[in-house]
Amino acid sequence: MDHRPQHWGRPRDDVYGAYDASYMRPNGPTTHTQSPVVTGTSVVALKFKDGVVIAADNLASYGSLARFPDVKRLRTFAGTSVVGFGGDVSDMQYLDRHLQELAIDENYTSEKGHTLNARNLHKYLANLLYHRRSKFDPLWNHLLVAGLDEDDKPFLAAADLLGTTFTSPSLATGYGEMLAQPIMRRYAKDEEAAAQLTRDQAVDIVKECMKVLFYRDARSLDTYSIAVVTKQGIDLKEDVKLENQSWAFADRIKGYGTQTV
Amino acid sequence: MAMFSQNPVLNGPNYSFADVPVQDHVDGFREHRFNPYTDNGGSTLAIAGKDFAIMAGDTRLTAGYSINTRFSPKVFKIGGSTSTQDDANILLSVVGFAADGEALKERLDSICKMYRYRHNKPMSVSACAKRLSTIMYQRRFFPYYVYAILGGLDEDGAGAVYSYDPVGSYEREQCRAGGAAASLIMPFLDNQVNFKNQYIPGSGVGHALQERERQPLPRDEVEVLVKDAFDSAVERHIEVGDGLQMMIITQNGIEEKILPLKKD
Repeated sequence: MDHRPQHWGRPRDDVYGAYDASYMRPNGPTTHTQSPVVTGTSVVALKFKDGVVIAADNLASYGSLARFPDVKRLRTFAGTSVVGFGGDVSDMQYLDRHLQELAIDENYTSEKGHTLNARNLHKYLANLLYHRRSKFDPLWNHLLVAGLDEDDKPFLAAADLLGTTFTSPSLATGYGEMLAQPIMRRYAKDEEAAAQLTRDQAVDIVKECMKVLFYRDARSLDTYSIAVVTKQGIDLKEDVKLENQSWAFADRIKGYGTQTV
Repeated sequence: MAMFSQNPVLNGPNYSFADVPVQDHVDGFREHRFNPYTDNGGSTLAIAGKDFAIMAGDTRLTAGYSINTRFSPKVFKIGGSTSTQDDANILLSVVGFAADGEALKERLDSICKMYRYRHNKPMSVSACAKRLSTIMYQRRFFPYYVYAILGGLDEDGAGAVYSYDPVGSYEREQCRAGGAAASLIMPFLDNQVNFKNQYIPGSGVGHALQERERQPLPRDEVEVLVKDAFDSAVERHIEVGDGLQMMIITQNGIEEKILPLKKD
């Protein structure tokens, strides 16, 4: 009887020759996530008078392949905040499980009616991301946190895989940074301008941004999730279709693909 | 550098998600490494006077050619007894990698708060300056990628400015510019604050020329100087702009001013 557990369940050396254990040895350096695999594209969000609108499409891409067309990338927290995830989807799912657990723990330990507000949640996530980047094992995401702060004022902030954080009346990740942010800034150039926007206006602007992103971002989808966070709670719709698309402009585009003219 | 480029030729295929290490090396091996740093642009400036110190910074936060936000202050009050920092006596400005800057600020602030709770008095600026140096040097082999400047009033009530490099070398100075436009602002400061290359007209020829005598500038002149320095930097540096945050520390406490800068 061989009493060493690491030898159990292996072909016998005396019959089959020495066991080739090379597959167990780490080959090369430790490899944490060095690049995202299944990814979500832009998240866009805009503050208005008494809340925040946030949207992201329902696609998880595998490189250029539209691999999972029904992945919800907006997650709610404690019924008061929404987190939008761009970047790696498995890291998003890890963070989601983590947040679920956090919400339950907070619910048990906190006084009634008191839980982490959006500002607290954003700080928590930013510190988590910064800690992981400092371990050289980053969570490959760019997040937007939407909700209300301690004074019930609209709160919107971003945190990325390096732990960089910032807030602005409008925010977008990924391609949205280039395509959606300029549109939103036209309507909300500063906090004062954003505080003038009504809920309907803000929703329309964000929907317009989702449309522009679908026109020009090859990793996007026409089905998306949109959430409105106000003092009254979260209004989350997860299967919204883009409306009033017009591809008339496509006719005028020449010089790409298989066209010969 | 290619990381910041929007150019597909430099960057490989452009993913909608930034910072993807796209290419394997030409000779077949792949670098197993994630870059934990980025440059968020921006610029800071500090000038010490006879009985005051001014710390200033622009409020733009960038990532490559993108503006993340137009309002992200870089100058912080340090070591107040509460989170409102009403009774703070020290100012810290950080510029470079924003996440490290935030972490460093939080670290120094909590250390100053602990000191205040334990000794029942605020930390002196010179002690805080030394402590900041040791904090930064502790991370000698994984540095906080920030150019920090610490400001306050010394034991005699005179303005004090301490400037740092990312690994904690520090020195007390009359004035210092840090960050993206440091190389644009610093020569201007040398001339206008330390009167470098200013001579008394007709005082001699060649080496016999007498230098203009240095004296601390009054507060109103320094405020104008700061605004002028940033207006010029904004004109010539794309990562500087949007807003100017100025904190002025005097015997009566800390005053904050936010002025507009060009947003282009």
